Amino acid sequence: MPSMKDQAQYVLRTVEERGVRFVQLWFTDVLGRHKAFHVTPAELEDALDQGMTFDGSSIDGFTRVQEADVLARPDLTTFQLLPWYEEGAGVARVFCDINNIDGTPFEGCPRQQLRRVLDDARAQGYTFFVAPEIEYFYFEDLNTLSPPRPIDHGSYFDLLPDDTASQLRRRTVLMLEEMGIGVEHAQHEDAPGQHEIDLRYTDALTMADTVMSVRHVVKELARQSGVAASFMPKPLANVQGSGMHTHLSLWRDDQNAFIGDGPYGLSPVAQKFIAGLVRHAPEITAVTNQWVNSYKRLVPGAEAPVSASWARYDAAALVRVPSVKPGRIDSTRVEYRSPDPAANPYLAFAVILAAGLRGVVGDYELPEERELLAPLPQSLSQAVDLMETSELMHETLGAHQVEWFLRNKRAEWDAYRGQVTPFELERHLPLL
Amino acid sequence: MSPDVVLCVPSCDGPVRKSFEVTGVSPAVVESGRVSEISALEPEGGFAGVVINASTFPFTEAMNLCRQLRARERSVGPIILLLEHYQLDELTFREDLFDDFVVGPFDVSELATRLRHRLRRAGNENVAPRIEHGGLSMNLETYQASIVGRVMDLTYMEYELLRFLATNPNRVFTRETLLSRVWGYEYYGGARTVDVHVRRLRAKLGEEHAHLIQTVRSVGYKFGSSPNEYVP
Repeated sequence: MPSMKDQAQYVLRTVEERGVRFVQLWFTDVLGRHKAFHVTPAELEDALDQGMTFDGSSIDGFTRVQEADVLARPDLTTFQLLPWYEEGAGVARVFCDINNIDGTPFEGCPRQQLRRVLDDARAQGYTFFVAPEIEYFYFEDLNTLSPPRPIDHGSYFDLLPDDTASQLRRRTVLMLEEMGIGVEHAQHEDAPGQHEIDLRYTDALTMADTVMSVRHVVKELARQSGVAASFMPKPLANVQGSGMHTHLSLWRDDQNAFIGDGPYGLSPVAQKFIAGLVRHAPEITAVTNQWVNSYKRLVPGAEAPVSASWARYDAAALVRVPSVKPGRIDSTRVEYRSPDPAANPYLAFAVILAAGLRGVVGDYELPEERELLAPLPQSLSQAVDLMETSELMHETLGAHQVEWFLRNKRAEWDAYRGQVTPFELERHLPLL
Repeated sequence: MSPDVVLCVPSCDGPVRKSFEVTGVSPAVVESGRVSEISALEPEGGFAGVVINASTFPFTEAMNLCRQLRARERSVGPIILLLEHYQLDELTFREDLFDDFVVGPFDVSELATRLRHRLRRAGNENVAPRIEHGGLSMNLETYQASIVGRVMDLTYMEYELLRFLATNPNRVFTRETLLSRVWGYEYYGGARTVDVHVRRLRAKLGEEHAHLIQTVRSVGYKFGSSPNEYVP
């Protein structure tokens, strides 16, 4: 049985044996931005033992000013060498939970918020598995003075001659595998420069960590090749945006609880879960699609959902029930299609699970297939308003987090709505 | 696993006690040095070694005790003498009676190092330092695993799972058994966690060696190198 001491011993000894020079303590702020401390091996033992204290008020969404100090506690099970650093000058990472100084979980820590929802699910006997499909673009650079230039001109599933982008994607997949991240497949996506990496399912906490790692590895390897990667939801106006379709299943007693005799082989639990998703989708969208730009992806005709509905085949459905290959009944699952890869994965998985569980606990009835229910919010402003009045969101994220999120997102919206866009200038300036 | 027991005559105080703590062995103290008392304290698995402090003990008695211990049918493991500098000459022609010696004043880390070294050489310490199987090599002391010489970067739980499987080759374990033996506590993934970790381990072993961990259909997993039976 692994004790904290054994795990710490493993980490310390590995650092010594592998010549690790720095250990990065990874965590995320409320918006899912990747943060890190870098500690040297000399400081590591203390950091593992005591955690690292830091002034949380400097991190978005972390603290009110009067209780500024928080503690980053490494989760030793996530210790991993980063394979792109040289042997002998190694760098490792470990994910952290953020605690208050008295050791209680800090309410602004996304990782622990996800843990809380997972604990709720577990109390009802369920474990929650997720498998996201992460889309992103490779651009020549991230210069913001002109529209970004994709580095290839391929399209959906195109097999191109061995160009930079394909090589890069392949190297990225191999690097992820080396870090123990299972990749189901990777492909060219619909738009020029757009690629997709589909991950093999894991429990939701591991997967949220994994999404953080994948975003980091994709960007790092692009940088090494002299190009740039971006997970921005809609970087180019006239092609489809980048989503993070997420496959979901609940398991009970190591059986897939979604398998049943209902339509498309779904159990009552699965049907209620879908009902929960479609009913609560509008109010959780502020978290699954958290940027002004996110809403430019959620438009009609762009293979992205615009209202809450479920279906087996429909690229515009919010929830899809993928067909299951014969003999692979365990892969019965539902696919939630609104999230984008610029979401905070911890909070996104937390609110998706909370919405689905509401349906299961509240015995929701599954609406008709393809029935268009409430529209999804059309802008960040609408999404935030829906979040503000959502009891589900307050319960899942806590008052502190919701309040901070509303303030931050309204400020983003206010900054945005004062902008004069090229669209307006082109259309109006000559005429008006 | 219970710690090794080292016989300690006639006392276990100060630096000697500390060196036992550092080494992780527990002392069985026999003040008199009488063989009957020693036998009474002998643990089921036998003593792992002996430390005799000859500086607080008439020297000839200490040597007699060594002789009696050597003459026993059941080994007591390596014998380490503690003595003062002026006693060094007495050791001449008695080299067969002990395995190592330390001269006072006693330093904890020297004592601990010699103790560990002697126990290890005698094969008594409760560690199996290395596992080798089908190209996989695991050093259990340094926690490093490599496959045909290529170092594998493992997380702690991946390491523990691989160690458990590799120390029990060709035995089939169910997911539940692996979960309780390796993880030992409730985990968000339930028994599916085992599948996820096995997949990660296979990815890290590489395609050529992924077959070291075999899926036994509708039962679980086993470790071994027979590629024919490999079902991913």
